[in-house]
This record gives sequence, C-alpha cells and structure tokens, in this order.
Amino acid sequence: MLIDRLKAGGPAIAKQGILVAFILFMIVFSVMSDRFMTTGNVMSVFRQATIIGVIALGVTIVVIGGNLDLSVGSMLSFATVLVVDLHDKIGPELAIPVMVLATLCLGAINGFLIGILRLNSLIVTLGMLSVIQGLVLIYSGGQNVDIANQTDTWFRFFGRGAIFGVATPIIIFLGLALVFHVIMTRMPFGRRVIAVGGNPTASVFSGVPRSRVVFMTYLISALCVAVAAMILGSRVMGSQNNVGQGYELQVLAAVILGGTSLLGGSGSILRTVLGVLMLAFIQNGLILMGQPYYTQWLVTWAVIIIAVWLDVAAKRGRLFSPIA
Amino acid sequence: MTDTNTPALQLQGIVKTFPGVRALDGVDFDVRPGEVHALLGENGAGKSTLMKVLAGMYQPNEGRILIGGQPVQISNPIEAKAQGVVLIHQELSLVPEMSAAENIYLGELPRKGMGRVNWKELYARSNAILERLKCRFRAEVTVANLSIANQQMVEIARALTVDARVVVFDEPTASLTDAEKVVLFDIINDLKSQGVGIVYISHRMDEIFTLSDRITVLRDGQYRGTLTTAETDEDAVTRLMIGRSLDLSRNEAAPDFGKTMLEVRNLSCAPLFEDVSFTVREGEVVGFYGLVGAGRTEIAETLFGLRTPDSGQVFIDGQEVTIASAQDAIGLGISLVPENRKEQGLVLQMNCRDNMTLPQVHNLRAGPFLSNGAELAIFDKYRDKLEIKTPSWKQTAGVLSGGNQQKIVIGKWLSMQPRVLIVDEPTRGIDVGSKSEIHQLLRDLASQGYAVIVISSEMPEVLRVSDRIVAMYHGRVMREFEIDDVTEDSLVQAISGIKASEPA
Ligand SMILES: Nc1ncnc2c1ncn2[C@@H]1O[C@H](COP(=O)(O)OP(=O)(O)OP(=O)(O)O)[C@@H](O)[C@H]1O
Ligand SMILES: [Mg+2]
Repeated sequence: MLIDRLKAGGPAIAKQGILVAFILFMIVFSVMSDRFMTTGNVMSVFRQATIIGVIALGVTIVVIGGNLDLSVGSMLSFATVLVVDLHDKIGPELAIPVMVLATLCLGAINGFLIGILRLNSLIVTLGMLSVIQGLVLIYSGGQNVDIANQTDTWFRFFGRGAIFGVATPIIIFLGLALVFHVIMTRMPFGRRVIAVGGNPTASVFSGVPRSRVVFMTYLISALCVAVAAMILGSRVMGSQNNVGQGYELQVLAAVILGGTSLLGGSGSILRTVLGVLMLAFIQNGLILMGQPYYTQWLVTWAVIIIAVWLDVAAKRGRLFSPIA
Repeated sequence: MTDTNTPALQLQGIVKTFPGVRALDGVDFDVRPGEVHALLGENGAGKSTLMKVLAGMYQPNEGRILIGGQPVQISNPIEAKAQGVVLIHQELSLVPEMSAAENIYLGELPRKGMGRVNWKELYARSNAILERLKCRFRAEVTVANLSIANQQMVEIARALTVDARVVVFDEPTASLTDAEKVVLFDIINDLKSQGVGIVYISHRMDEIFTLSDRITVLRDGQYRGTLTTAETDEDAVTRLMIGRSLDLSRNEAAPDFGKTMLEVRNLSCAPLFEDVSFTVREGEVVGFYGLVGAGRTEIAETLFGLRTPDSGQVFIDGQEVTIASAQDAIGLGISLVPENRKEQGLVLQMNCRDNMTLPQVHNLRAGPFLSNGAELAIFDKYRDKLEIKTPSWKQTAGVLSGGNQQKIVIGKWLSMQPRVLIVDEPTRGIDVGSKSEIHQLLRDLASQGYAVIVISSEMPEVLRVSDRIVAMYHGRVMREFEIDDVTEDSLVQAISGIKASEPA
C-alpha cells in the first residue's frame, strides 16, 4: 500500500507529503502551460500571495494556540478602507499608525472575549466577522475609497516598491515569516503558545499565563492583518469596502495545507509559507488553464482534504480507521 | 469443564518496535483458564505494549498469538473482544460527554429496528453490570460527572459485556480507594471461578501476592521468567525485575527542622474543605492521608493559586501571602506535582524536554532566545536522577510508558528548586524500584531544607516518607500525628471520620 511505502521510505518522506505534492503540482502545471514557469508569472503569483500569506502567518499562531480566527477577512476590509481613506485626510505618516492601532483594538476585543472570558473562538470570531463588516459599512457609508495622488506618495512603497529588485511585499512576507518562525521555535512565547494549544489545563498547572498567551495570539493576528492592509491598500491605491471578503477561508486553507493541526498544539510557520505558495500556484495554474474560480475552489479543497487524510493516515499507519 | 493446562491464550516470540525503541524483544506469555497471571516489570518494560498487541491495538513485528491452541490474527480491539479478549486500559479511555451505559456498550449498542438504539435494553443491561460491580451510581449518568474511581469502574464494566475468555487489567487500582479495591478483587475472583483467564498488571507487590497464581517478569522488553506465586517471595521477584534487592528502611538521619516555611490558618473553600490549619517546617515532610475525595487535592490546588479560598490565611516564611495564580505560587517558590499526569501534568504531544522545562522556560534564555544548553542541562540532570527511560529528549511525552510520564512531571517540579514542594499521589503507576528512589528523593530534599507535602492514599507510602501526618476526612483535618506515635489503626480511624478520644 501507498502508506506502507511512505512509511518504509522513512517518516521524513511521509512528513514531507505536502512538499512532494507541491513539486508534483509545479511539474504538472509547467507541462500543461508554458507561461506557468516564467519568472514573470512566478514573481507575480508570489507577490499576490503575500496578502493571504502575511495574514496566514498570524492565524497559524492563533491555531497553534488552539483557537480559530475567522474575523481576519472583514478585519482586512476594515484596515484597508481605513488606511486608504485616512491617507488623503491626515497623510500616510499618521494614517498608518491610526490604522494599526484601530486594528489592534479589534484584535484585543477578540483576545479579550476568547482569552480572558474563555468564549468559544469559532463563535466569537464568526460574530466579529459580521460586526467588523458592519463597522466598515458604517464608516464608509457604503462608498468605496481611493487615494487621489497615486504616484507621488511614499505609501506606494509597500505594495508597489522593490528592494534590490525584489518586490517589497515579498520581502515583508518572508521577513515576517522568518521572525515568526524564530518566535515559535526559539523563544519562550512560542513554547507557551504550543503548550496552551496542546493542553490548556496542564499549561495552567505549569504556571503558563494561559489568558495572556491567547490574548497575545489575537493581537499578533490583528497586527498581521494591519501589515497585509498596508500592502493591499498601497497596491490598489483604493479599497472596496468588502475587499477582504472570503479571505478567512483562503487563509485557513493555507494554514491547514501547511499541516497545522486545527486541534492546536502543533504546526509550523515555514510550512504555512509552503501552504500559502501551494495554494497560490494551484489557483494560478488553474487560471492559466482557463478554469473558472469555482473549479479553483473545488480543486483547492479536494487537495486539502486529501492532504489531511494522508496526514492522519500516516499517523495511524493505515488509510482507513481500524474501528468502524 | 476446560482443561486448565491448555492455555486460554498464548503469545510466542512477540517483537514490537517503535522508532528508536525495541519495546518487546521476543516475549513469551500465556494465560490459563481460571488463573490470575501477574505481569511485572519496571516502567517502560513493555507490559502495556504486550497487552496492546494482545488486544489488537498494535500489530507485532514478529511472533504469533494463539487462542485455544489456534493461531489467530487480531487486527483491532473489536476483533479481540469478539474472540473474548478484553483489555482494561491503564489510562482511562472513556468518552466523557456520554453516559456510563453508552460507554460500556460503545461500538456495540443494542439496537432495534432501523438502527435505532434500544435505550431501555441498554440501561437495563448496563445497570445489571454496574450492580454486579457493586457500583453506587446509575448507568444513565454522564461520565464526566463521575469521580476517577467510578470512571475506572465504567472501564471495568466494559469488559463484562461479553463472555470473556481473557480479561487484562492494566494497573486498575492506581486510582481506587481501598474499599473499591476490595470490590475489584471480588470481581476478579468471581471471573476466575468462572474459568476466565486474568492478566493483572500492577506495581503493588501486596496485590500481586494476594491475587495471582503465577508471575511473569519483563525487563527492558525481554522475557525474564515466570514464577509460581506460592513458591516465591517479594524479594525474589524484585531482584528478577530490577536486578537488585530494595532497601526499604526509612532514612533515620536525625531530623533537623528549621523555621516554619508554610503556615496555613483556617483555610476554607466550602464545600471542598473547611477550617484547615497546619504548618510545614524546613526540612520536614508532612504527609496528608485520607480517602479519595477528602479534600487534600483541593487544598493543594488552593495553595498553588488554582482555586480561590473563601477565607483563611497563608504564610510563607513568616510573610502573609495571597496566591491568586499559579504564577504567583511559582514566584513564591511553591511547586505542585498534580494528581493526574495526563490532564494536568503533561502536554502529551510536546517532547519530554519541553514538558520538563515549561514552568521556567522564560528564564532559560540566552539573550531573547531559548537556551538549548540550559534546557538540556535540566533535562539530562533529572533524566539521570529519576532514571527516565526515553530514547531521547525529543520523544513525544505521550508515547512514554505511564510511569516514565509521571517521572517527567516530577522532574519538572524538582527542577524548579522550590521552597515548598507539594506532591499529589507522586508514585501512582511507578515501579517498586523507582518508587523507593522517589521516596528517598523526597527525604533527601527535606534534609536539604525543603518543606515537603506529600498527599497519598497509600498508607505504607505516607508512613515511610512523613515526619508528621495530617489525617483528613470530608474536607476537615481530623488529627495530626507525629510519625513516632502513629499506628495504622489510629490512622485508619482518623480518615474514616471516627474521632479518637482526645489525649488530655
Ligand atoms: N506508541 C509508541 N511510540 C513509541 N514508543 C512507544 C509507544 N508505546 C510505547 N512505547 C515505548 O515502549 C516502551 C514500553 O512501554 P510500555 O508502555 O509497554 O511500558 P510499561 O511496562 O507498561 O510501563 P509502565 O509500568 O510505566 O506503564 C517504553 O519505552 C515506551 O516509551
Ligand atoms: Mg503501562
């Protein structure tokens, strides 16, 4: 059986299932479309993936801590509308800090309800998803916003700029990924998040400040959304008041594809990066092959479900559950 | 009548490996109908693994299983049960949200038409089994509302739903009170007289010697031999098991108590415990003895900041303190080794080292980063000190044997170098060798000046480690004994709520 062979080939290969799948996809798409593997296409996919990517980094930490964050989509709408709208009103040097603070406040509300009041994260963030969308509509009065002078503002640097020829968003994404990776693997905070996600009771019995840790994960998630909003607002130089709609699922898809367990307690930032890229390249490949968006979704989730299944199967050593 | 000399079940040359571990290395084992066969060995010797092979939870790499002389292939627990082989787990494996009855018949609920559950039948049958076990709760109750001991009873009840040929008890008494043990032993004798073969795993020699007919010893995954219980003694078994005799004498170095380190005055947290006062001095071990449910664990949790008392005062080193959280407690130098290692002690999917260093992880830094060296130094020290068996620090804590998991938790709290160390049932599931080492360790810690509280439901343990014993009953302190004037009788009286005639 496939699994036996995977296991015989060493646990290393079984664990790297997603990497193998990723490479397979890349090969298939390169054969099917000659535009797929061009530098231009690869860089543009990469750049577009950074928004979902940056948010997915924060959500990975929330999920490792044993919770969910479904509010990131409308939080992105909120932050983008805010920063774009304030750009012309008070200038980017003030608009950015105001937007970051406001977004952090939303994260703090999530963190307070879930970390300190111990409410269920699915319910809270699903509620916040609607609440924040409502806030955006009230704020914008239903109007879309944009930046009047799009060429002369230094704000364009975040979405459209480049450093040594590499697009700024890519640098921000990879830089943030590296920082988070270090936090999760080499710093006490990361260890505590893993412990709280793995067994909250035992963590409390070990003196881990569970409420504070969970609270912090939601602040981090909100911070990531704020960064993503700067990239998005600066790239588009305007914003619809529902730009972030549906991002929460894309983000969650990337996180799951990266092998982070929704039960909490395990996961990896670097593998989320892989999940983000894989998701982006699958969708891009399908677009190049002329497939509509619903086919993209179908394929994406089929891939995720198979990935999860193989992961579970590798853990229990067989494809089907032994107990009926 | 079955011929009592053909084994009901045989295991031959069983080999089972896990990455980095050869858990079983060619083990032979058999059970005859109507006998109690005890399986002994140190923590991590492979007892549970052998029984999981038997019950179809693991597939052996080599070797074969024979039932009634016929080789069989057992690929999952349901098949095993169908063959009459039932395993009662070392760790509880119940679904807490379901009723006792649903747990007892999990996976084989009685049905009526169209797959609907026949609830009447289910409850009737379950209650009949619980009655046979002399349980004082009904099958309708939700498992989460039962005490650990009663949950254990549900686990045992599961085994009685089929006509069992072989029943395996993996450390069934670890969380039972003495009264409940008596019931359990009755059941075992009952099964035995019906011709069922029993495998009994325990670290308690007294139980092994009262119950068993034969004893098989494993060591490091290898078969060491089988003894007839009537023809051997504890010392011989221990030597086979750990390769040396045990020194059971009490450390008699003249106790040298320092100042009062912990003082508790009139602490109450109704209805769990009320008006509790006691002191612990530097260099002293105070044992808390009582029945399960006497409120001892709750006192410990209160001192560790996990419960808020209604009233009362706590003094550490003469200073009145408020302990509002575990962080406060740790800051004041209090350590608590909790009662339930799986739920409160360990993050099971985290590795051994990370579990051990968790309470102080924010202090083990080189600059802002975790210091690998500092973490490993702690782990290595306590792995050696407690003889924790694991292939490496990277091993997931969840796959260690039960006893080795317990040692990780103990190591975690010893490494905090506490001023007051509270241990709640510290040797639950720990083998005799390590047990006496842990007792010795607690004594050593005391002689180094630590104030130690030992909560235990095992009388020999309390008597061996304590300088003073606080006897509790229903949330109240009944009496305090100096170790020199305590007798087993007076202790039993005190924890059963019988007021001894107060000495003048
Ligand atoms: N699923 C697993 N993966 C890896 N190693 C395992 C697994 N299960 C058991 N082991 C290892 O196999 C060895 C035997 O474990 P086992 O649980 O059988 O010991 P035991 O004799 O029951 O000990 P105890 O008295 O502490 O319960 C241990 O070293 C343990 O770490
Ligand atoms: Mg065991």
